[in-house]
Amino acid sequence: MPAMPALPATAGLGFKPEHFAEISRRPGAVGFYEVHAENYMGAGGAPNAMLSRLRADHALSLHGVGLSIGGAGPLDRAHLARLRALVDRYEPESFSEHLAWSSHDTAWLNDLLPLPYTADTLDRVCAHVDQAQEALGLRLLLENPATYLAFEASTMGETEFLSEIVRRTGCGLLLDVNNVFVSATNQRSDPRAYLADFPLGAVGEIHLAGHSEEALPSGPLLIDTHGQPVADPVWSLYAEVIARTGPLPTLIEWDTDVPAFAVLLQEAGRARRILDAGGHAHASAA
Amino acid sequence: MHPPPEVHTDHLHGTQAAFADALWAGALPPGLAAPQPDEVVRRFGVYRNNVMHGLSRALERRFPVIARLVGSEFFAALARSFAAAHPPRSPVLIDWGDAFADFLARFPPLAQLPYLPDVARLEFARGSAYHAADAAPAPAEALVTEDPGRLHLRLHPSVHLIASPWPVLTIWRANQPGHPPARIPAHHREQALIARTPALEVIVEPLDAPSHAVLSALQRGTRLAEAAGPDDPAAALTLLLRHQLITHIGETP
Repeated sequence: MPAMPALPATAGLGFKPEHFAEISRRPGAVGFYEVHAENYMGAGGAPNAMLSRLRADHALSLHGVGLSIGGAGPLDRAHLARLRALVDRYEPESFSEHLAWSSHDTAWLNDLLPLPYTADTLDRVCAHVDQAQEALGLRLLLENPATYLAFEASTMGETEFLSEIVRRTGCGLLLDVNNVFVSATNQRSDPRAYLADFPLGAVGEIHLAGHSEEALPSGPLLIDTHGQPVADPVWSLYAEVIARTGPLPTLIEWDTDVPAFAVLLQEAGRARRILDAGGHAHASAA
Repeated sequence: MHPPPEVHTDHLHGTQAAFADALWAGALPPGLAAPQPDEVVRRFGVYRNNVMHGLSRALERRFPVIARLVGSEFFAALARSFAAAHPPRSPVLIDWGDAFADFLARFPPLAQLPYLPDVARLEFARGSAYHAADAAPAPAEALVTEDPGRLHLRLHPSVHLIASPWPVLTIWRANQPGHPPARIPAHHREQALIARTPALEVIVEPLDAPSHAVLSALQRGTRLAEAAGPDDPAAALTLLLRHQLITHIGETP
């Protein structure tokens, strides 16, 4: 498998078309941009024109939300072909997808749905990761999900499940620290224990995003909304990860109620300061 | 934790089938776990809400004038009915909603608003024009020949033509953000051209009936002379040239 040129180990932003003019005036304001692959699968027009321009000036991460790698059925070959066309056209530094399923039979369910962590699921997911890496000609990064429920059938934990996927398929991981915090809070477990078990050596990118909070009788229910600033406990977990790993490409995700570009730059700046401090701590500890 | 169920190849398929069904309908799928078992319903509701809200928002982005005409609360219910009947078949939501106009035409609660389907067709055409394939305009000088009637013109892939027994364009314009409410006489026909200019702007232009007929015939590949018939094609051609919507001019289609 050919090695992809890596994303720079600095802060990046999710690209929002409403910020295009400002980004064009300030090339290099952040180290890379990430786009959702499915938004650029139209034949032509403004989306692809903007992405071509963005790509000319910046490192690019292509983030899929539609492959349904955790789906029980076979991967959608037409969708793999669309992804391959984007990879060939834009030559992104990174391609990532999710440990989740989102289509069933022929219906697309438009959400990242949870999986029972069993030997059977593991076989299915690994086969799909192998197939996707083969079809796209790259090493993909698989993202840990935000979950609200678990399955009685699960026989292994999520970190064990992800470690096994990495071992079998050679894929990398996208560590979403907000998802870690959201899932751990919702499952009433310890995010630090999760991160202690997480195979950090396989992480090629980090995601940070905001979440909202509802109250359940037993405690908070956090929802991964991507619609507000990154929460303080998530920043703390992130700093602890970076102190262990050294600098990693880090994306601020903000997909709903998108604020002014300046607000996103502030969030990216906060990540960059942690990367700088953590990088030094990591270097002196090494 | 319970012992794992007997593994057979379709266990995951069964789990996901039950989960997917429950996203749309009442009963929860079996086998879900939460720290407090009585909170499973509420937690499953997050997935239900993500799916429904996400699809409803996607449809509203595609059909903002329909949403404005029926109101956002009604639109959310409408989107839910539509999504249940016509779920997206691909993660590329750009293509979703092509059946929405016909769905509106057969949706009994909207029988009093018979112009809605054509407004939806106009909105869907705008989205299609936005994402249509790129194609370079042909040099207009090629139109200057001894016998232009022999020429075939190919229109830009973004060109969509609409003819309605209702004033669809007037209704669409009157329901743009910031437009003051207007009384619209209901019973007159309107035709429109929807397309994307080389500056990547999507335009919606009124057409008179003869121009609509000429452009429809050109789009079918008819030669200019036959496309024009008894009509003067000047207005239609001027519109095409002004927005650079001709991508091929020649004696073959």
